Amino acid sequence: MSASSETVEELVHKAYPHGFVTEIDADTVPPGLSEDVVRLISAKKGEPEWLLEWRLKAYRHWLTLREPTWAHVHHGPIDYDAISYYSAPKSRADGPKSLEEVDPRLLETYKKLGIPLEEQMALAGIAVDAVFDSVSVATTFKEKLAAHGIVFCSFSEAVRNHPELVRQYLGTVVWPTDNFFAALNSAVFSDGSFVYIPKGVRCPMELSTYFRINASKTGQFERTLIVADEGSYVSYLEGCTAPMRDENQLHAAVVELVALQDAQIKYSTVQNWYPGDEEGRGGIYNFVTKRGECRGARSKISWTQVETGSAITWKYPSCILRGDHSVGEFYSVALTNHYQQADTGTKMVHIGKNTSSTIISKGISAGRAQNSYRGLVKVTKSADGARNYTQCDSLLMGERCGAHTFPYIEVANPTARVEHEASTSKIGEDQLFYCAQRGISPEDAVSLIVNGFAKEVIRELPMEFAVEAQKLLGVSLEGAVG
Amino acid sequence: MSARAGAATAVPGGAQAAVEHYLGEHTRSAGSLPGAGTAWLRELREQGIERFADLGFPSTRDEHWRYTSVAPIAAQRLRVALPAPVPAPEALAPFLFPGLDAHRLVFVNGRYAAELSAPGSLPDGVHLDSLAQVLAAAPERARPALSGLALRTGFDALHQAFLADGVWLELAAGVALARPVHLVHLGVGAAEPALANLRTVISLGARAEARVIESFGSLGSGAGLTTAVTTVVLAEGAALEHFKLQEEAATVDHVARVEVRQGRDSRYTSHSVSLGGGITRNDITSTLEGEGAECTLNGLYMAAGRQHVDFHTTIDHAEPRGTSRELYKGILGGRARGVFNGRILVQPGAQKTDSQQSSQNLLLSREAEVDTKPELEIYADDVKCSHGATVGQLDADMLFYLRSRGIDHGTAQGFLTRGFAQDVIDRMSIDAVRERLERLVVTHVPGPESAQVSP
Repeated sequence: MSASSETVEELVHKAYPHGFVTEIDADTVPPGLSEDVVRLISAKKGEPEWLLEWRLKAYRHWLTLREPTWAHVHHGPIDYDAISYYSAPKSRADGPKSLEEVDPRLLETYKKLGIPLEEQMALAGIAVDAVFDSVSVATTFKEKLAAHGIVFCSFSEAVRNHPELVRQYLGTVVWPTDNFFAALNSAVFSDGSFVYIPKGVRCPMELSTYFRINASKTGQFERTLIVADEGSYVSYLEGCTAPMRDENQLHAAVVELVALQDAQIKYSTVQNWYPGDEEGRGGIYNFVTKRGECRGARSKISWTQVETGSAITWKYPSCILRGDHSVGEFYSVALTNHYQQADTGTKMVHIGKNTSSTIISKGISAGRAQNSYRGLVKVTKSADGARNYTQCDSLLMGERCGAHTFPYIEVANPTARVEHEASTSKIGEDQLFYCAQRGISPEDAVSLIVNGFAKEVIRELPMEFAVEAQKLLGVSLEGAVG
Repeated sequence: MSARAGAATAVPGGAQAAVEHYLGEHTRSAGSLPGAGTAWLRELREQGIERFADLGFPSTRDEHWRYTSVAPIAAQRLRVALPAPVPAPEALAPFLFPGLDAHRLVFVNGRYAAELSAPGSLPDGVHLDSLAQVLAAAPERARPALSGLALRTGFDALHQAFLADGVWLELAAGVALARPVHLVHLGVGAAEPALANLRTVISLGARAEARVIESFGSLGSGAGLTTAVTTVVLAEGAALEHFKLQEEAATVDHVARVEVRQGRDSRYTSHSVSLGGGITRNDITSTLEGEGAECTLNGLYMAAGRQHVDFHTTIDHAEPRGTSRELYKGILGGRARGVFNGRILVQPGAQKTDSQQSSQNLLLSREAEVDTKPELEIYADDVKCSHGATVGQLDADMLFYLRSRGIDHGTAQGFLTRGFAQDVIDRMSIDAVRERLERLVVTHVPGPESAQVSP
């Protein structure tokens, strides 16, 4: 391994390629949180009275909560009064009607990220609802989706145009009072995406949103709501990168999925927020509440995530399996390097009869990183014939990192079958030697082995994402073994 | 670790009354407990009661007690058990292992009962005695062993506040004790629910070997709480096989803690079988402080009715080349609830650790529940660690096979359940213990009344 140490050094200290800041005048609210700030956000967005009330209720509840400390992560105290809770690019005032009207510097940002909207529209056939900081600035393929009766728009737009749908489903999966960060999000969420797939419609394309935190000291509070009506199908992609900043930035998003009878939702994430530098300075705090409810019989929700970014990740995409015969799936690769900390996993709550769930979690830990899987499988009394299979594997690279597994299994029905297994391993010298013999460099060998380790998850991703994810794993880990 | 931060230890509402009660008990009993004249012991007990006043009983808001509510224990006003009249020797018979040739020490309500005991002749280098006797004869000798307990919960604190009697077993370097030591703890029912405390101190010198069996049983159906703390120190190359059989009455709650410190190349094997008791909680922690140590934890819990049984185990690999194996099996019927929390910790630098853990549970009734949480916490990379957990029911094909041969459902279920438990029993090295346990398992298999649950 010593032969390659120079390359290793170089790669280990490789700067985060997506770290840059776009200078755009941001319409930013002064830091701090109070009822007035909540009212201001709501007013700026021209929201109806009921939504303001909803926000205020969440805010008042948030005041009574304490920040949770149970996760296996360590960070300094977060000053919630030092965060600015709203930031929107100025040019939004008139609202862009087409790509030409979008701030060119913004478009440039996307180009640097390698996701030019025009190209993607043409080549990939993906409708991109791009979220730059907090307000959606460009939405594509709307007409095509509208022809199927599909609603895919920014959250604020949905509030204006489909208030009845938003009101019916908002906060029914993740209650505004659910937890500390969900309550905070409910009070101050700025924007996000809304998807509604009507009865029996199979969404003709993958839906995608790119999130990006930009303005300094602006927490990002996205809110995503996806409703799949009876017999419909949708595949939703979420991916993100963030510019380099020295200060920790808070990201507390909420994602709610509702699958009605026979509906299917596939939600894929590639998360690559700025992880902080190799000394553990800076980086995003990613404290997210994601939950889906299989409300109808035979519905299915599938979460797939590749988590490589963020200084701290605190995220448990979950499934409430309420409908009989409903299915929940969770496929995850979480990679931590340097001083990153991840406490991630899922919750599968079996309520309906003959519900089944599968959990495949792959944790990769390198440098001084700490990577934890925390999961809950709960089978309630009513869930006759429930079935769960869980597999958690950890790969350790380097003697100063950590890999942890905290599965909670609660079973109150004697017809349930629940299985959990977990293992921990390292990349073997013999594996590397075998590759070296065949002229494969240590970096390529590590990338090969890691991708093999994560294959079960990567193959669940849609094509475009799978390619990106594989590259990401390789890049994030280069030099971790040496 | 971090999960414990904050909350958790707050004294819940109404707990003040409990604290008052135990402060009173402390004042009442302080003068009559063994070693009352020894200043450091008095201080130790005072520390205990003060700590209890701070902690109170744990609540389900505490991560380590989230599945076990001790509210029924907290609601009781336990009296510190006073020396009870010693029962007739025949009363002891049901708790012995036929054919077992052992050094036997018997305790009644937490106090040594010489009349029932048969320590037999002990080889040189073996010191086996009641703790009260050690405290009377050479209190300074017991001081280090009794002083070092970290008081993490209200139960630890109560135990220390009313520390009375127990067992002292010390083996010099190189001594192998051929016959096992059998410690029988009997609770005799009293009019008021009683608190019985037992402290067992086991210390094995380098390469010493011993086998210790602890039995807990009840005479009559008096209510109460048993708290038992066992500390084990194994020097380099020492080996201890430690059995525990808990078969107390359902009116008795049982909170026990075993703390093991293992030196280089030492071996600790634990077989913990829990059949009785109302609320039973066992905390077993072994720290592998020397290189190459081996730790094996086996367990079996069978609960029915309204029993609640909770095992929390921790294997702390602090040094390299440690090996641990853990197998826990649970069988839950009636309205019983079983809890297993197994934590494997591999400390930074504990390379070449090899650890396997398995938690398997059978749910035999609609009202039963099991909560299992196998945890891995790993801070070293060159290790082999795995764990598995299952919850399920008897195999439908096997049941069908038996029924197709004319065996009724209840009997077939009994066969298969016993087979499930046998796996743990087979790992024990003492024939007499295995034989009695096999018979006990038969009587504890949930009966055909829960047979309506068939796949």
